[in-house]
Amino acid sequence: MHPAPSVILFSVLSGLGFGMLAWLGFGEPGVTGMSAFIFFFVAYALAVGGLLSATFHLGNPKNALKSFSQWRTSWLSREGCCAVAALLVMGIYAIGAIFLETHWVFVGIIGAILSIVTVFTTSMIYGQLKTVPRWNHWTTPPLFLSLSIFGGALMTGQIKVAMVGFIVVGLIQIAAWLMGDKQFATRGSSMETATGLGDIGKVRMFEPPHTGTNYLLKEMVYVIGRKHAMKLRVIAILLMVVIPVLMIWMGAHHDIKAVIAVLSHIVGVFASRWLFFAEAEHVVGLYYGKRG
Amino acid sequence: MNYTQPVVETSPKVSDEIRKTTCYMCACRCGINVHMKDGKVAYIEGNKDHPVNKGVLCAKGSAGIMQVNAPSRLKAPLKRVGERGSGEFEEISWDEALEIASTRLAKVRADDPSKLAFFTGRDQSQSFTSFWAQGYGTPNYAAHGGFCSVNMAAAGIYTMGGAFWEFGQPDWDHTKMFMLFGVAEDHDSNPIKMGLGKLKKRGAKVVGVNPIRTGYNAIADEWVGITPGTDGLFITALIHELMKAGKIDLHYLAQYTNAPVLLDRDPNSDSYGLFLRDKDNKPLVIDRNTGKKVAFDKKGIKPDLNGSIRKAGISHTTVFHKMAETYMAPEHDAANVAERCGVPEETIRRLAAELAHVAFEQEISLPIEWTDFRGEKHSEMIGRPVSFHAMRGISAHANGFQTCRALHILQIILGSVEVPGGFRMKPPYPKSAEIHPKPHYGYQAGKPLDGPHLGFTHGPEDLALKDDGTPARIDKAFTWENPMSSHGLMHMVISNAHAGDPYKIDTLFMYMANMSWNSSMNTGGVMKMLTDKDENGDYVIPNIIYSDAYSSEMVAYADLVLPDATYLERHDCISLLDRPICEADGAADAIRWPVIEPDRDVRGFQSVLCDLGARLGLPNFTNDDGSQKFADYADYIVNHERKPGIGPLAGFRGDGDEFGRGDVNPDQLDKYIENGGFAISHIDEGASYYKPWNMAYQEWAVDTGLFDAPSPYLFQLYVEPMRKFQLAAEGHGERQPPEHLRERIREGMNPLPVWNNSTDENYPIHALTQRPMAMYHSWGTQNAWLRQIHGVNPLYVPTKIWEANGFADGDWAKVTSPHGEITVPVAHQAALNENTIWTWNAIGKRKGAWALDENAPEAKKGFLLNHLIHELMPAKGDGMRWANSDPITGQAAWFDLKVAIEKVDAPDQVQPNIPAQKSPVGKGPKNLTWKVGS
Amino acid sequence: MTALPAKSDVKLGLVIDLDTCVGCHACVVSCKGWNTENYGAPLSDQDAYGENPSGTFLNRVHSFEVQPEQGAAQTIHFPKSCLHCEDAPCVTVCPTGASYKRAEDGIVLVNEDACIGCGLCAWACPYGARELDQAAGVMKKCTLCVDRIYNENLPEEDREPACVRTCPAGARHFGDLGDENSDVSQLVKERGGMDLMPELGTKPVNKYLPPRPKDTGNEIDILAPLLAPVATETTGFLGWLDRTLEKL
Repeated sequence: MHPAPSVILFSVLSGLGFGMLAWLGFGEPGVTGMSAFIFFFVAYALAVGGLLSATFHLGNPKNALKSFSQWRTSWLSREGCCAVAALLVMGIYAIGAIFLETHWVFVGIIGAILSIVTVFTTSMIYGQLKTVPRWNHWTTPPLFLSLSIFGGALMTGQIKVAMVGFIVVGLIQIAAWLMGDKQFATRGSSMETATGLGDIGKVRMFEPPHTGTNYLLKEMVYVIGRKHAMKLRVIAILLMVVIPVLMIWMGAHHDIKAVIAVLSHIVGVFASRWLFFAEAEHVVGLYYGKRG
Repeated sequence: MNYTQPVVETSPKVSDEIRKTTCYMCACRCGINVHMKDGKVAYIEGNKDHPVNKGVLCAKGSAGIMQVNAPSRLKAPLKRVGERGSGEFEEISWDEALEIASTRLAKVRADDPSKLAFFTGRDQSQSFTSFWAQGYGTPNYAAHGGFCSVNMAAAGIYTMGGAFWEFGQPDWDHTKMFMLFGVAEDHDSNPIKMGLGKLKKRGAKVVGVNPIRTGYNAIADEWVGITPGTDGLFITALIHELMKAGKIDLHYLAQYTNAPVLLDRDPNSDSYGLFLRDKDNKPLVIDRNTGKKVAFDKKGIKPDLNGSIRKAGISHTTVFHKMAETYMAPEHDAANVAERCGVPEETIRRLAAELAHVAFEQEISLPIEWTDFRGEKHSEMIGRPVSFHAMRGISAHANGFQTCRALHILQIILGSVEVPGGFRMKPPYPKSAEIHPKPHYGYQAGKPLDGPHLGFTHGPEDLALKDDGTPARIDKAFTWENPMSSHGLMHMVISNAHAGDPYKIDTLFMYMANMSWNSSMNTGGVMKMLTDKDENGDYVIPNIIYSDAYSSEMVAYADLVLPDATYLERHDCISLLDRPICEADGAADAIRWPVIEPDRDVRGFQSVLCDLGARLGLPNFTNDDGSQKFADYADYIVNHERKPGIGPLAGFRGDGDEFGRGDVNPDQLDKYIENGGFAISHIDEGASYYKPWNMAYQEWAVDTGLFDAPSPYLFQLYVEPMRKFQLAAEGHGERQPPEHLRERIREGMNPLPVWNNSTDENYPIHALTQRPMAMYHSWGTQNAWLRQIHGVNPLYVPTKIWEANGFADGDWAKVTSPHGEITVPVAHQAALNENTIWTWNAIGKRKGAWALDENAPEAKKGFLLNHLIHELMPAKGDGMRWANSDPITGQAAWFDLKVAIEKVDAPDQVQPNIPAQKSPVGKGPKNLTWKVGS
Repeated sequence: MTALPAKSDVKLGLVIDLDTCVGCHACVVSCKGWNTENYGAPLSDQDAYGENPSGTFLNRVHSFEVQPEQGAAQTIHFPKSCLHCEDAPCVTVCPTGASYKRAEDGIVLVNEDACIGCGLCAWACPYGARELDQAAGVMKKCTLCVDRIYNENLPEEDREPACVRTCPAGARHFGDLGDENSDVSQLVKERGGMDLMPELGTKPVNKYLPPRPKDTGNEIDILAPLLAPVATETTGFLGWLDRTLEKL
């Protein structure tokens, strides 16, 4: 899949934002006033900024309001509904925390759950797609959720939680990669099943239907070299997990180590998310003789 | 929950109006419905009533809307202001353009009309352009047949009075086994696709004999991946196997072919190898009823295939004897050709057996009565349901004529021509080669030519030679170099004119022929010839006038450009006088008419010729008072009469209900438009098969104006005119070939086809091109839709060569021939003869042409194989220029190319890369959102 | 409405004969022409005369090579457009309800007035049947010529998809695959019509007829012996000829 910057930006930022909101909703840290404002500002900036960047991916955003209508079937619609609900509920909670110096615990818990559900719906947008076997796997929601929750923990200063969490994230990430590498083959789609010609023999592409490119190739057939991907995986794990864990273990707390931990983690998540798309092979590539 | 869904308008208005005309996106001439909205072309689909395509339409036809709107359309007459080839022009008025052209042409005509070479490319108005050239008086006229498929046309007409091309068709409704040779996607394409569809529906067997398994060969039930240029060998092996097994149609051979005709077999005789004839010059046969020799067409005879007679001390035996001697020889045994052909011996034998089985064990019979030319009545029409087709693939070799002839001999010995289930001809064929015109070349200053330029030679006396024995024509057609070159040799014109061999010319006048690019061999060389200057600084070819509708590569080389209209903006007639749209069951012709008016200052080329003809005072284009005879092409189409009652269009003559013969009808074009752009006259069932010998057909053909009198004839398994050329080479007669050509004529003009190798043994790999079905020559590239399908053309390489060179996807290769080298991208194809590489034809473009961006993939990754093919054979050290053409017909031997290949680092673009030409029409728009209706 | 409708009896679709398709692209361009001028936004082209031309097409013809265990490789031309799946994943993922499956005939359509161009339906489709038009920003796909097949402004014989009407070889068939007696259903039955990527559970309505066995070359063995010579030399042959001619 084409690693579109808008979608990567959206999913990383909004994941972190909703992760922060979840922690804030659960009252961790139980800040109020200006301090709460800063936390909520960052969380909202990430969540809303992410959502906005996703609209750059739309061809025809003027109909965007209609996308709340199909929550019965569509994970994307559900995501929209949940995101708005989470932002509204957490907004109420934030008003209490910032201006009234009070924590409406019930509202916070609802908001927190909605935030987590939002991230879950985001993960299911990808996880539901049978056409992308790597995504269509049980590891996709845990990966998104763990990144969001523990990234949020880091951002909200739950550093111990974050440290342990990142180890979990790392394990899930590695599991997702290793199992993901086998997913395409496991699912069994091949040029033979795609064309129905497998009974005759081994199928290969002779001529593509068009000698130039097209939407399908640009959007869904992205081929990344194996070596390149391996390098990026190492970098992603280092930045996303190893360095932040080290920083925290070395006692990061309101200092340069904390800044490094946060920045390293975020850059690592971007790398991971870029790989999430770039390594995901859509079955349509089979018609072009390409898995990817 | 109730399911709700949007309401869709399922009956929108389709268009304001449908205008029915004829497609010109290739040579098929399909009928099209042009849907108009707000006076603009909105959508094009096939015309269901049309005899050619019956509603279907190919990719090119449907993309016609992008052709009439192409940014590459020329906008006004152009006068060259920069150097030739640069593409620098100024726009001028038509008055000025016509003044320039007529002044030049008038001077040439007054001095020496042979100094004008007038050649038309993909012209569909050849009977008109040749009529103009005759009036002008130059002997130098032809269309592009010489570099296209003259071998197919000439071999067919000399052998059986009709060719494959689009001039005939397999009996798609009855055939049970169809064998297709070589690339054939280039002509009659929709009818063949429709025919293949019919075969597939019935489950009839399709065999593809082609080094490349694409297109039609992809759906063949059996693929024979033959080595290029060896089809003739494969076919004579089939003939050998069939004769040896006696699986031949003896009745058919005896009755309808010259197999029983008696031949002079005495090597010391002056008429050795010629037919024994009576005093009326009719070939003689032995009648098995009486044992006596009689004229072949005598009523009630049974010609004897095994006849022999001694007359005046000279022994005569039949053509069939000679065939048996020739084809029974062990060199034709499957075992002896298998390796050379790249086809296993068992496959050859099995295919021969299958052909025999279907032809003779699955014989069909239609209960149709008919009477033959000897007066014998038949109660049924026997059919041999095997059929064949071939086109460019087997033609475009230097042995192509004989290969095509061999294929016809194969189908004739099986008795499957003009019978149910076999090959059927379309009017005006069948037509014996003997009643076609002979070539004419008699010219005088200021006078018309003495007859039509092109025709069929029947012996040395018909050659177009001047009194001193030198060629009369600039292309050396109808000379000892290629005595039977019925379509001329357009591919030699520029080369010969540049070399002054046989003479220099003043003006080169061309129409729709991209000679500085894909239509020439040795493209780079031709560009140089067109721009070469003499010691005085003048161009070696002094004047070039060119007409085209689009900004092609050739436009850049013209001094004067006459912009043509596109096919939806013009009149045309698809005439029975040249290349009509007939079916086996009917005679048909068609028109084009301006369904839209040009929005540019352009004129249909034929109308321009009417104007020029009058300005030059050509007798056939002026009235007695000197005024212009035909206001425009439409006027000519309606009012011209080739013979009394016979004009360019056969339909709606007289008062509107006569077909073929009839008075001029001023409302004829309106009648055509009303009828969907075409007219058809069906052949009665009783005349539908056995046409060359079927008196009902012969009479119908006379009524329709195809012949002046019934003209039945025998199929010419043995082509006597070839023997006459051979005799001359052996030292007989007044006209004999020059010494350097004697041996070639003696060896090559065998009156019974046998195979000879025509490719260079020093290079290991055959290199071919094919035309993609979604592109027609260079035209498709300017089409925004089609160029997305074929924007680059990789060189396809078979597995053996792919692996030997260690190629991988994305690699490039250097390809070398005796003549040159190119560096191009490669791709792998498994279903390919192991010694063959190939690419799609004419995708590669010169930068700046066709209103494309100079970085267009067609210019940077697309390429031509033409750079590797020279119009001349490598020099032999005798100072002679030996054309890379079939020595019989002059057919350009495109497919004899042999090359070597090696892997190289990928350059940034293909090599050679010709510098850009300036576009006289600018560049196309960036994006298209085409919708004309609201 | 992105829920799928309750199963309808009518399932309009195409049957594509891979034994007959010669790969001419006629259907591709005819489709482009009709759908540029009709249903919804025109099918646009970007950089149409430039370095990197691309555009929206609703139907494309791929070419594959298949290598059997024995014998020569085969070339298969493979037209592909929307398969109008019974279990169309492109419909249920749509957040706005723009993508829907018609209850009355099963045609999968995009209501361009509701489409936000998010592209998720194209991601959900295994077959590459949907392309986001780069000029209009809305998703385009085969409509099965819903504006032809019922169009009262067209003669009855023309009420079929443009690609079917134009196909020169007759490799495309249109009809109701929900009716087991329809011509298309019969064809599927006779020729073993197949689904593409059945493992994904999309239940395509469109079916593909597989190529008939090729290069078998053994038909003749059953029907007749190979050619037995009547003679191997000319003289013997002429003797045979005389005897045979006597019998004629």
